Amino acid sequence: MLILGVESSCDETGLALYDSDAGLLAHALHSQVAMHQEYGGVVPELASRDHIRRVIPLAREVLAQAGRELNALDAVAFTEGPGLAGALLVGAAFAKSLAFALGVPAVGIHHLEGHLLSPLLSKRPPAFPFVALLVSGGHTQLMRVTGVGNYELLGETQDDAAGEAFDKTAKLLGLDYPGGPAVSKLAESGRPGRFKLPRPMIGSNDLEFSFSGLKTAVMLLARSQPGDAATHADIARAFQDAVVDVLVAKCMSALQRTSLERLVVAGGVGANRQLRAGLDAAAARQGFEVFYPELELCTDNGAMIAFAAALRWKGGLPKPDTTFSVRPRWELSLAG
Amino acid sequence: MTQPAPRLPLASEAATLALGAALAKGALPGRVLFLSGDLGAGKTTLVRGFLRALGWTGRVKSPTYALVELYALSGLNLYHFDFYRFKDREEWVSSGFREHFNPESLCIVEWPEMAEGLLSPPDLHVTLEISEPGRRASFLAHSHAGREWRSAALASLLRS
Repeated sequence: MLILGVESSCDETGLALYDSDAGLLAHALHSQVAMHQEYGGVVPELASRDHIRRVIPLAREVLAQAGRELNALDAVAFTEGPGLAGALLVGAAFAKSLAFALGVPAVGIHHLEGHLLSPLLSKRPPAFPFVALLVSGGHTQLMRVTGVGNYELLGETQDDAAGEAFDKTAKLLGLDYPGGPAVSKLAESGRPGRFKLPRPMIGSNDLEFSFSGLKTAVMLLARSQPGDAATHADIARAFQDAVVDVLVAKCMSALQRTSLERLVVAGGVGANRQLRAGLDAAAARQGFEVFYPELELCTDNGAMIAFAAALRWKGGLPKPDTTFSVRPRWELSLAG
Repeated sequence: MTQPAPRLPLASEAATLALGAALAKGALPGRVLFLSGDLGAGKTTLVRGFLRALGWTGRVKSPTYALVELYALSGLNLYHFDFYRFKDREEWVSSGFREHFNPESLCIVEWPEMAEGLLSPPDLHVTLEISEPGRRASFLAHSHAGREWRSAALASLLRS
């Protein structure tokens, strides 16, 4: 079964081809395509969320990479939600139109389902059941996953996502927005312990998160200190220590509460090295196993959408139909 | 005509929440509220107080990443926008958000500066400044409705 996956829920446009026998054949993000060539000019910055311009060149790109023809597709999978309505509509309209032209089904996939199943695409896939931590610029939540389509929300952020706190800390430390990876890099040269920042909700006795207050604490600390490079590195370190401590503590608590033994980490912040080291160490001490997607599949991508569709429709694809909708707000637990 | 902006000290997060709740007294469809202030000034906290006062018991997430969060309240669609991530003010045009600014919806906009010159003036523009250990709010009304809104909110705070 050959599936084209289309992700367009937020900033990234991602396309991919997944074959249920041969595995992932190709995937591409908008930044990997020479847009200049396709359009004969510079794409203006205002098109940064303009998925319309990207989706067809990317589809051609992945077909060419895989050496496959359009008419070999068995289905087109697209992100149905949650996300920005206008952005979702581009992917949905493209997927449905292409599928209609080819006479194959187009299937809608939950964005977060794509993320949390993505570690199953890695060389060392986890077995069900597991606890999943989804941690990115837009999401921070813990789920209990007992199988494909069986997701139970255990806890999530009350305000800012962890990745958003990283991006805003970057701005407060004079780095560009979004600067999550730049904060992590800066933190590596920072001295641990010079500053101590709060660990929000670490003792809340539940699996909820809050990162808005931590951002404010970084702002107040940065205002009270000299703006030299070493101080900024020490603040970045204090910030990252706080986020990692909270995420590690909540993940271990989720494993204990659910009596599960495997943890899956997905989303852009899951690429953070200190977080991975912290989770690996805590898990090893307590006898748990941790699984991550391949680094290139941590951020939004089309591969996870095609892959989730292949798992969902393993037993046979639905009949093609021409109606479609998007769901800008959509709880993952309702996607089963 | 706009009037000078009154200033209100906010000693704590609770005071910011209370200001949000006071502003919710003027939550009518068609109204637009702008919220300005640096990162960590309490803009989303104010919106949380606003929504809680209208009976919303669910989460009030920062809209920074998603750009907009919709709250379907009884008799009112409340759109909570955040234009922080706009790299170019023209993104306001390509976003298609303009259609949500209509007589049936209440719109609250964080970081309206990122679409400066393209947005119509709001009814009321609240600015939060950091004034350690707390914050300070100022209020600029741009319409008759905005002046009413501000007076009602400030009167409600004085009573409580």
